Amino acid sequence: MPADSALSQPASRGPIATPAREVPALEVVDLRKTYASGVQALKGVSLAVAQGDFFALLGPNGAGKSTLIGILSSLVNPTSGDARVFGLSIHADRGGVMRQIGLVPQEINFNQFETPFEICVNVAGFYGIPRVTARVRAEKYLKELRIWDKAHQATRMMSGGMKRRLMIARAMMNEPRLLILDEPTAGVDIEIRRSMWQFITGINAAGTTVILTTHYLEEAEQLCRNIAIIDHGGIVENTSMRHLLSKLDVQSFVLDVTGLDGQLPRLDGVTLTRRDAQTLEAEMPSTHNLNALFAGLTASGITVTSMRTKTNRLEQLFMRLVEHDGIRP
Amino acid sequence: MSGDVREPLAAGVATYPRATRTRANLVALGTITRREVHRMLRIWTQTLVPPAITMTLYFVIFGKVIGSRVGEMQGFTYMQYIVPGLVMMSIINNCYANITSSFFGSKFGRYVEELLASPMPSWVVLTGYVAGAVTRGLLVGVIVLGIALFFTSLHIAHPFVALTTVVLGATIFSLAGFINAMFAKRFDDIAIVPTFVLAPLTYLGGVFYSVNMLGSPWREVSLANPILYMVNAFRYGILGVGDVPVWTAYAVMLAFAIGLALVALWLLHRGVGLRS
Repeated sequence: MPADSALSQPASRGPIATPAREVPALEVVDLRKTYASGVQALKGVSLAVAQGDFFALLGPNGAGKSTLIGILSSLVNPTSGDARVFGLSIHADRGGVMRQIGLVPQEINFNQFETPFEICVNVAGFYGIPRVTARVRAEKYLKELRIWDKAHQATRMMSGGMKRRLMIARAMMNEPRLLILDEPTAGVDIEIRRSMWQFITGINAAGTTVILTTHYLEEAEQLCRNIAIIDHGGIVENTSMRHLLSKLDVQSFVLDVTGLDGQLPRLDGVTLTRRDAQTLEAEMPSTHNLNALFAGLTASGITVTSMRTKTNRLEQLFMRLVEHDGIRP
Repeated sequence: MSGDVREPLAAGVATYPRATRTRANLVALGTITRREVHRMLRIWTQTLVPPAITMTLYFVIFGKVIGSRVGEMQGFTYMQYIVPGLVMMSIINNCYANITSSFFGSKFGRYVEELLASPMPSWVVLTGYVAGAVTRGLLVGVIVLGIALFFTSLHIAHPFVALTTVVLGATIFSLAGFINAMFAKRFDDIAIVPTFVLAPLTYLGGVFYSVNMLGSPWREVSLANPILYMVNAFRYGILGVGDVPVWTAYAVMLAFAIGLALVALWLLHRGVGLRS
């Protein structure tokens, strides 16, 4: 994606101004799904996503994310409960709901014998968009996602990253008000991933509500304003990203050191672990003064040559939430 | 938004007037039909050439070689007599094959999700696929009829009956193939019905003989075969002779077409074989 792309403007991370009368982009009410096998994938999920939001839906494998997205996109029948998209119920007006949604699924699901241009124009046709308009849009989005040069080649000849971008272009053909991205960047290299982020933030800045599921937690932390974490078919956390990150009361660092010969020093409030002869891990409360850590290490003859955070902040919270059924303020 | 069907209200709730939905549905129907026809033409060596070769062999072996020893059937040469049945047989087989391979292929490749996640109602999806299959059936029918004219001369006795019969017959077997594809979980599942049901019914449906040549009870048993009515109605349309009254044939075909369409729509609405 070129840096001067028209869609390169990053989304604002500030609070969302929602008019009192405005309906949520998505409102899920006590949604349940039990598969024929007896597996309870969703156990009464309720959540709301405001219009214009960039929303992260996270959870470990098998947590129920894909089932929830499947129900929203009409690929899975719910057992009970309702979901409303811009005020339209999936039960009362399935067609109306589908007109609002663009879906980028986790798995590649287009006809690999068709060309990207045919796929985009046909999908637009399924939404009732006239062919003339569809052809213009297909060219626009294939160009913006930098796969226009492959537009008339069979998709089976495309790389994995190109296929991912094609799925985004396809989801944009009905210019949805709610774009659902189910692990859109899985398996793509960092350069393509960043260009996809740029495109999606641009779409969001232009007013489209975005729901993102991903296993790259730095992606969610960087892009999303609000977040829900789902585990074992239920929501274990649903708040703003800022509020969630503020709950992180422990921070961990990896220190590259020299002089690590003898026993590890005992420092108040800091847990030190030796990883190898040149590497230490330090875990401490987020309020702890780092100068005290350095002073303690220096006094023991240990010199810190470099340091980095051990894990992504959101990753730490995520692991705690899904392992211990949630942290509460 | 030019040409779009989205008309949000001030508070953000979307609404769609009936006329807008109808227009959108017609565009969607045209899209599926065009995609199906394009697919069929793209792989013409698999869809159009094989029936032409097979039917040429039938004309040579049954019409020329065996037919010369059979003599006349109901006032026509044996070659002339079997042409309507062979045309109808190729239409039925190709409609069925087209829709099963296309729809099951979309399930197998998961791109059926493009349809399921779209606002199209079930009847649009069904009609689009059936229209694609019927188009292939009619195209194959024209090819086979053209080949037949190299071997014999034909005068179409009742063009309206001939045309409505092929359209109804093609529709019935397209609908049957669609239902088969919905239930199919493996490629084997779309091969079983043509091999073990369709082929026997076609050969026993009066393609090569008059059902009046059969004694009781086989004549009565044959009357339970829906293909018999299609073949004989089409033969009446082409030659002006048939073993069953043409209105009885229409009634049977319409009953099958309506019944199968209702079953297919219900299965689609429930998402059988498509939605978890």
